[in-house]
Amino acid sequence: MSAGTLRQILLLTDGCSNEGGDPAAVAALAREENITVNVIGVLEEGTLNEKASREIESIAESGGGISQIVYMKQLAKTVQMVTRQAMTQTLQGVVNKELSQILGKDQEWDELPPEKRGEVMEVVDELGESANLEVVILVDASASMRNKLQTVQEALVDLSISMDSRSGSNQYTLLTFPGKRKDVETLRGWTTGITEMTGLFNKIAAGGITPTGPALRAAVNEFRTLKRRSMIFDGEDELDLEERGS
Amino acid sequence: MEKMNSTSKNEAPNLPKGQKITGKWNRNSYTVIRPLGRGATGAVFLVEQNQQYFALKVGHNSMSITSEVNVLKHFEKVQGQILGPSFVDADDLFVYGERFPFYVMEYLQGTTVFKHVERHGKEWAPVLIVQLLGDLSRLHRAGWVFGDLKPDNLIVTGPPFRIRWLDVGGTTIKGRAVKEYTEFFDRGYWGMGDRKADEQYDLFSAGMVFIHLLSRQRFERDKDGWQTISKHIEQHARLRPYRQWLKRALTGYYTNADDMRVALMKMIQTAESMESTTTSPPKKKAKKPAATNTRRPKKTVPMVGIVDVILVISFLIITSILYLVGQLI
Repeated sequence: MSAGTLRQILLLTDGCSNEGGDPAAVAALAREENITVNVIGVLEEGTLNEKASREIESIAESGGGISQIVYMKQLAKTVQMVTRQAMTQTLQGVVNKELSQILGKDQEWDELPPEKRGEVMEVVDELGESANLEVVILVDASASMRNKLQTVQEALVDLSISMDSRSGSNQYTLLTFPGKRKDVETLRGWTTGITEMTGLFNKIAAGGITPTGPALRAAVNEFRTLKRRSMIFDGEDELDLEERGS
Repeated sequence: MEKMNSTSKNEAPNLPKGQKITGKWNRNSYTVIRPLGRGATGAVFLVEQNQQYFALKVGHNSMSITSEVNVLKHFEKVQGQILGPSFVDADDLFVYGERFPFYVMEYLQGTTVFKHVERHGKEWAPVLIVQLLGDLSRLHRAGWVFGDLKPDNLIVTGPPFRIRWLDVGGTTIKGRAVKEYTEFFDRGYWGMGDRKADEQYDLFSAGMVFIHLLSRQRFERDKDGWQTISKHIEQHARLRPYRQWLKRALTGYYTNADDMRVALMKMIQTAESMESTTTSPPKKKAKKPAATNTRRPKKTVPMVGIVDVILVISFLIITSILYLVGQLI
């Protein structure tokens, strides 16, 4: 069984969307395209907002992903943990499907006796190590997030260290919202490492609105450009990236 | 699909004292004595079965519990030595109709590494690390890397005092990516390498455990991770004698745990001879460092001194025998 490619959107935000409809609906659609939507709520100490945390949870739930609310200090660790757990969860789903084909009915893997679970888990671990990963990182850069962007950047570099230690390949792209004229701004086009992303957040402009839904839609589209590019521009990726990254 | 978040509904259940637990699959029963601790993947309870104590870990996520069981079972296969707590049972339990996966392991009784060094002296810090490196060597030879090495995952059992691994959840097959880590002990955090599970990853963490243990400090990274660490080593009087060894361990100079272990044993001896006023280095190879360490003056006595000691002791014995004989008559 080959692991194939896992597609994830990682949304980092601190609050409520206020334009462009319900982001959970977009997340549900993404899930239909086998894209997992994970959400990390970035908060400052002691500012838990009931409405914000409900939205964060519901986006991830609809997107088949994982949500986690964190305070600034634990951000780096959480970003890599969430990404990894979401990978495992997706792979678990794949293995579950295979299992139910073998076992006949809707038997979930954790309804197996504990000894058998171990074997399944080893397969999942193996797949997680070798699967190719494509992540659209979508960062909320509205005014209230401004002073958190330095930490977000460190967390992304940290994510890259963890993911690049696997044997599977990785592709990342970094988007922020709101953009100047569009819903999102591409800070860095598809690339294989985040380490060279230093100073990226310096050049983004201030924005008052938080169009989380439309931004998610743009993130889903990013996967289409990656698919198309790898078919048409095979071997000319470098050039294309330069253009998009500027 | 399962979802992870910080709300309470997805946490491991709290099992009350005296509660009887029976596994769904293997039908083994355990009685809860008291809670031992709570971590990211579940809660650990002291339990009893036929007057024998065990540690029972119950979680909410089958994936992470199953992973840990896999590791514990693999540890059993690492021959000869007891590395982690031994595996006993894995099963499911029900609380109010909800299913929770759990596993049972050996109950390790002991103190934290910090308490041990506090009670028995700072000379224990390098000795515990020597023991730890021996275990790491065995683990590495079996094809595994510990991963999340930190004081919280260690315990000192005994006497005879021996460092043991308490939580083996982060153990990873060599060559894969390390999944669980703690920033201070993580090579990646300090910009000193990646998170690929290799020997040097553990050796870096072992070095940081040593720093934490002797300086009793965890500090944060400045701009340059390596500079932050080396500054700390230079500034700390307790760390300075070990600085060459530490720097080598942290920069990947030692390619296996044995090399680092032998080098530390040499460092212990030089550090001792630097501290004590006598100049002759101890010649005895410290196979059981614990024993040699507590009797430091004895082994640093020069040859002439040994003769003196023998003479004094024989004199004392002879006089006491004469005294006893005199009393009897």
